[in-house]
Amino acid sequence: MKKYIDTGKKDTRSGFGAGLHEAGKADPRVVALTADLKGSLKMDAFAADFPERFIQCGIAEANMVGVAAGLAITGKVPFAGSFAEFITGRVYDQIRQEVAYGNTNVKLASSHAGITLGEDGATHQTMEDIALMRALPNMVVINPCDYNQTKAATIAAAKYEGPVYLRFGRPSVPNFTDPDEEFIIGKAYVLNEGKDVTLVACGHLVWEALQAAEALEAEGICAEVINVATIKPLDEDTLVSSVLKTKAMVVAEEHNCGGGLGELVAGVLARRAPAPIEMINGGDRFGQTGTPAELMAAYGLDAAHIVEAAKKAIARK
Amino acid sequence: MVSIQQLQKVSSQVRRDIIRMVTMAGNGHPGGSLSSTDILTALYFGVMKQDPATWTRSGKGQDMFILSAGHLAPVYYAVLGRAGYFPVSEMATLRKFGTRLQGHPSIEHGLPGIVQPSGSLGQGISAAAGLALGKKLDGEDNYVFTLCGDGETEEGQIWEAAMFAAHHGLDNLIAMTDWNHQQIDGTIEDVAGEVELPAKWKAFGWNVLEADGHDMEAIVAVLEQAKALRNGKPVMILFHTEMGHGVDFMAGTHKWHGKAPSAEQCAVALQQLEETLGDF
Repeated sequence: MKKYIDTGKKDTRSGFGAGLHEAGKADPRVVALTADLKGSLKMDAFAADFPERFIQCGIAEANMVGVAAGLAITGKVPFAGSFAEFITGRVYDQIRQEVAYGNTNVKLASSHAGITLGEDGATHQTMEDIALMRALPNMVVINPCDYNQTKAATIAAAKYEGPVYLRFGRPSVPNFTDPDEEFIIGKAYVLNEGKDVTLVACGHLVWEALQAAEALEAEGICAEVINVATIKPLDEDTLVSSVLKTKAMVVAEEHNCGGGLGELVAGVLARRAPAPIEMINGGDRFGQTGTPAELMAAYGLDAAHIVEAAKKAIARK
Repeated sequence: MVSIQQLQKVSSQVRRDIIRMVTMAGNGHPGGSLSSTDILTALYFGVMKQDPATWTRSGKGQDMFILSAGHLAPVYYAVLGRAGYFPVSEMATLRKFGTRLQGHPSIEHGLPGIVQPSGSLGQGISAAAGLALGKKLDGEDNYVFTLCGDGETEEGQIWEAAMFAAHHGLDNLIAMTDWNHQQIDGTIEDVAGEVELPAKWKAFGWNVLEADGHDMEAIVAVLEQAKALRNGKPVMILFHTEMGHGVDFMAGTHKWHGKAPSAEQCAVALQQLEETLGDF
């Protein structure tokens, strides 16, 4: 199978920070807002170089979302950032009215998503945010897979006209995508072509899916790997043509089962290409304190579990 | 600028429009619409620099307004219609399927004059702060106005916005409160206690002005005073108003917050409001 090399682990939030800085250099309309999490969101470089375009909102996320909407109406391209839980669940109604229904050009920068935020525990670990955001009309939902892709996705989000939810994380994860590749919103990236099973993933579980594909290859199973970096709008055609070929699918995500990528893709398959599908996700439960590695293992979000799920899906053909 | 007498004529017609719109719709919010009629009439016909012919949502080069208390849609639509943003005949479609005059202000349905949807309370003031900040970043000296209900200030986000606007020195932001002391479940005092609005807004670092919200001369004067301040602080104008003002059986009670009059009640109300510009 095609080889992907980890060029050194990096946190995807730093990819966001780098992308924001580059977008800010390229476009004076870009502004950044945060609710007392400038450092956590890696906005320091942007704030240092464009101080007049960096807007500290204090610990007041609801107001921040409204301010971002107002700025967007006047022609700015605001990135409003906080931890994933606090830029989704905490301010859902504000996002719904001011960003989605108002169709304002606001980019919600969502860091520390999922359980891999780690030791802070369940209050800070949202596993529901994809479900919340993809339920909103007008909202684009992006969950890139590594540092390079998060940087590219941030630049693409700045160029896109309309609401975007951009999800990334805190832990350092393998960085393996081409740093020069432009991010295309709405495209599912086929990372490896296979014939026996399709492994679909978003976020840093894409790397786990690649590791799983390597393990499966050693057992004579040829897995197709697809990075669904844009969850909405979903690249249905790429998924459907893949599963028509492989006849079995696994979907992996760092998110709960309810309303996540797995249910979304299952709906597409049910409509267009019914096939056995297995899911790797956090189930229907809250996170807890632990290191990212401990939590990934405990919640079954790793290559070993993807391998098992693939075999189950194949057996159900 | 138009005369105080002309403004009073407009507001009388706007009140008729509100009563007739809500009656035709069979539902809607007449009480707060009537208490804020004079304020919005003064704003759109006297004070605000905004031209329906060149209006755009982005508000470049013009003053802007967001109705934070979105349920006051009837007065908002009546004022916009009378100001020339859309044909007054369209008022008859309020709350009907397919209308641009949605139950609460919407962007999706394309009614000219609307900058941002509202209805979920406490949010418009934040968006208005964003507009004001955007104008500052662009070096524009136009104003951004927003109208909140007094009950709406029970929302915590109002005070988040209050802190933000003061901290960022948004002296181009002029917020107004329709202080009619009524909300759905009763008086503000019964529902939320003594609200102490002047002390609160002062403590949050705002200029605080107060005026009779039914005295057209006082309304225009306080709005001009607010514009002239420009002292690094945002402005809150607390307008003392009466719920349902202008219609005796609707006045001073929360009972007409969200209820439409019957045809008979509508006729009684219209007898109390002079038709000055021709009914739609």
